[in-house]
Amino acid sequence: MQALHTLESKFLLLDQENIDTDQIIPARFLTKTDKNGFGQELFYDWRYTADGHKREDVELNRRQAEGLQILVAGTNFGCGSSREHAVWALRDYGFRVVIAPSIGDIFKSNALKNGVLPIEIASDVLAVLRQQRDSVLSIDVLQQIFGVLGRETYSFTLDAFAKTCLLQGVDALGYLMQKEAQIYAFEARRPLC
Amino acid sequence: MKAQTLFEKIWQRHLVVPETSEHPAILYIDCHLVHEVTSPQAFTELRTRGLKVRRTDRTFATLDHSIPTDSERSAYLNAATRHQVQTLRENCQEFAVPLFDLDSGDQGIVHVMGPELGLTLPGSTIVCGDSHTATHGAFGALAFGIGTSEVGHVLATQCLLQSQPKTMAVYVKGSLGPGVSAKDLILEIIRTLGFAGGTGYVLEYKGEAISAMSMEERMTLCNMTIEAGARAGLIAPDATTFAYLKGRRFAPKDAAWDAALSDWIQLSSDPQAVYDAEITIDAAALTPMVTYGTSPDQAVGIQARIPAARSPSETKALAYMQLESEQRMEGIPVDVVFIGSCTNGRLSDLRAAAQVFSGRQKAPQVRVLVVPGSQAVKKAAEEEGLDVIFRDAGAEWREPGCSLCIAMNGDQLEPGQCAVSTSNRNFAGRQGKGARTILASPVTAAAAAIAGCVTDPRPYLF
Repeated sequence: MQALHTLESKFLLLDQENIDTDQIIPARFLTKTDKNGFGQELFYDWRYTADGHKREDVELNRRQAEGLQILVAGTNFGCGSSREHAVWALRDYGFRVVIAPSIGDIFKSNALKNGVLPIEIASDVLAVLRQQRDSVLSIDVLQQIFGVLGRETYSFTLDAFAKTCLLQGVDALGYLMQKEAQIYAFEARRPLC
Repeated sequence: MKAQTLFEKIWQRHLVVPETSEHPAILYIDCHLVHEVTSPQAFTELRTRGLKVRRTDRTFATLDHSIPTDSERSAYLNAATRHQVQTLRENCQEFAVPLFDLDSGDQGIVHVMGPELGLTLPGSTIVCGDSHTATHGAFGALAFGIGTSEVGHVLATQCLLQSQPKTMAVYVKGSLGPGVSAKDLILEIIRTLGFAGGTGYVLEYKGEAISAMSMEERMTLCNMTIEAGARAGLIAPDATTFAYLKGRRFAPKDAAWDAALSDWIQLSSDPQAVYDAEITIDAAALTPMVTYGTSPDQAVGIQARIPAARSPSETKALAYMQLESEQRMEGIPVDVVFIGSCTNGRLSDLRAAAQVFSGRQKAPQVRVLVVPGSQAVKKAAEEEGLDVIFRDAGAEWREPGCSLCIAMNGDQLEPGQCAVSTSNRNFAGRQGKGARTILASPVTAAAAAIAGCVTDPRPYLF
């Protein structure tokens, strides 16, 4: 997992509520057996016409070359299916941070396992970001703050373990593997089922 | 001792290491269900790290999402899905994971197959790389969907890192009227909570309407819990649960059954237990429900009009669905009817649909797909002659799989087509690019197939 400490980037705003993981990556693209290359299919049905042509009126296409690393979206981003492909697609496109008033539980968990930081904000902060679409956002994982460069900063919550993993660029499996003795002990003492 | 909810009892039983301010809890997983779409990258991770599957006796795989449902099992979406299916077979062989393959007689949608085989047990923890894993909560199991990284964690360690969720009691008072089903009830619960209203919670369904339900109805109810944002739904096990489980292949036998039963009967929330939130639903007030938008909470009674859009996203949803505020749901023309999925692909669902189809013909312009949830469901339905009723009505009787619910297996709608579907998601494009989905119960779907439009199913039943 790639570590994340600080990041400065312009952001892309998808100002819509309930963006589900079927929008982020439609099911018909969940056919690969590795994690790579899903960025091509990110938001596919928004970015391409019915006959497969790239739509230049869509910001995700028009601004692709800018190397945007932050996605800002409406309430309940990443709801729906548990597909981790949604996170792989966002990361492959270049996003390292997703900011929204609320984010689906499974998506949040998946994001943190892939070095993608989910930030939940108050809806008035979304209103502020709407007014500053061309500004650069600065993210500081250690301090757990973000904001428009040179303006007010906002704090965000991040559980201590996920923060350590993100800062060190390590995933949770290594930690779980170290607990093998406790897992054996649990299996030895456990009740039914 | 402090009064506990059912969730808290199951959670505590499975703590390998409790949660601290520095670390999430390490939770032991009793049963891990695996399918072809969300597992290949997890097996690759194990291979890369030189790890084994820790408990091959607690890991069970089947094929459901990508497999074609035509009679020859040949109409794959593309070569990649065929490869994905083959990859699961190879991974199961390499890692010694039991696979219920297409020729096993046991294959089915994971959430239909698991309970049928008796893999789903009260008080256990169950996970799967699929958000509808909440289905198994119908048995009083803590069951939830996980991502592929976590699939790898469970394969390697049989454990997950989890923070303790909050609890919500969903009381369902009264009883469901004739022609009103568990599907209608869960759509009403989702409408009440909102699409994200359950986020961060485990829901416990309780009350007289729940006690009166069969296990298959309870599974339908728990299945769609994720559509309100909650990862898990629970129902305390009772005599109905135990009667369903007794004699199933993987359920405990003989003395082990007696011991299990004496434990399971204690699995309910203490009377004084406190939930973080509570809601009450009146079952008696419900009519058959249908969705009109592009998220499952955008639902109304079958005889109602579509409510006025309250936000830009609702306006967008109505535009996508080619519907308008104040329009009646009844009379909306339908191109395709899909009866199946982990929500409504069980024997009782097929029986309910067959009751409507019996002696009737589908409307000529409507394509009707009936897809049993598992090979066991298919066999049982054929023994009762349900397949004949469907075929005589002009419906396609297909092989078990996720089919038109996930639309990555060759079954899909054409752009602009409208389906009445017994599945669980009406997201834009879910059943094919540009396709429009109206979620409904099996009887409502069957009635739409006959009428050629959305219609109240109750006149077809009595």
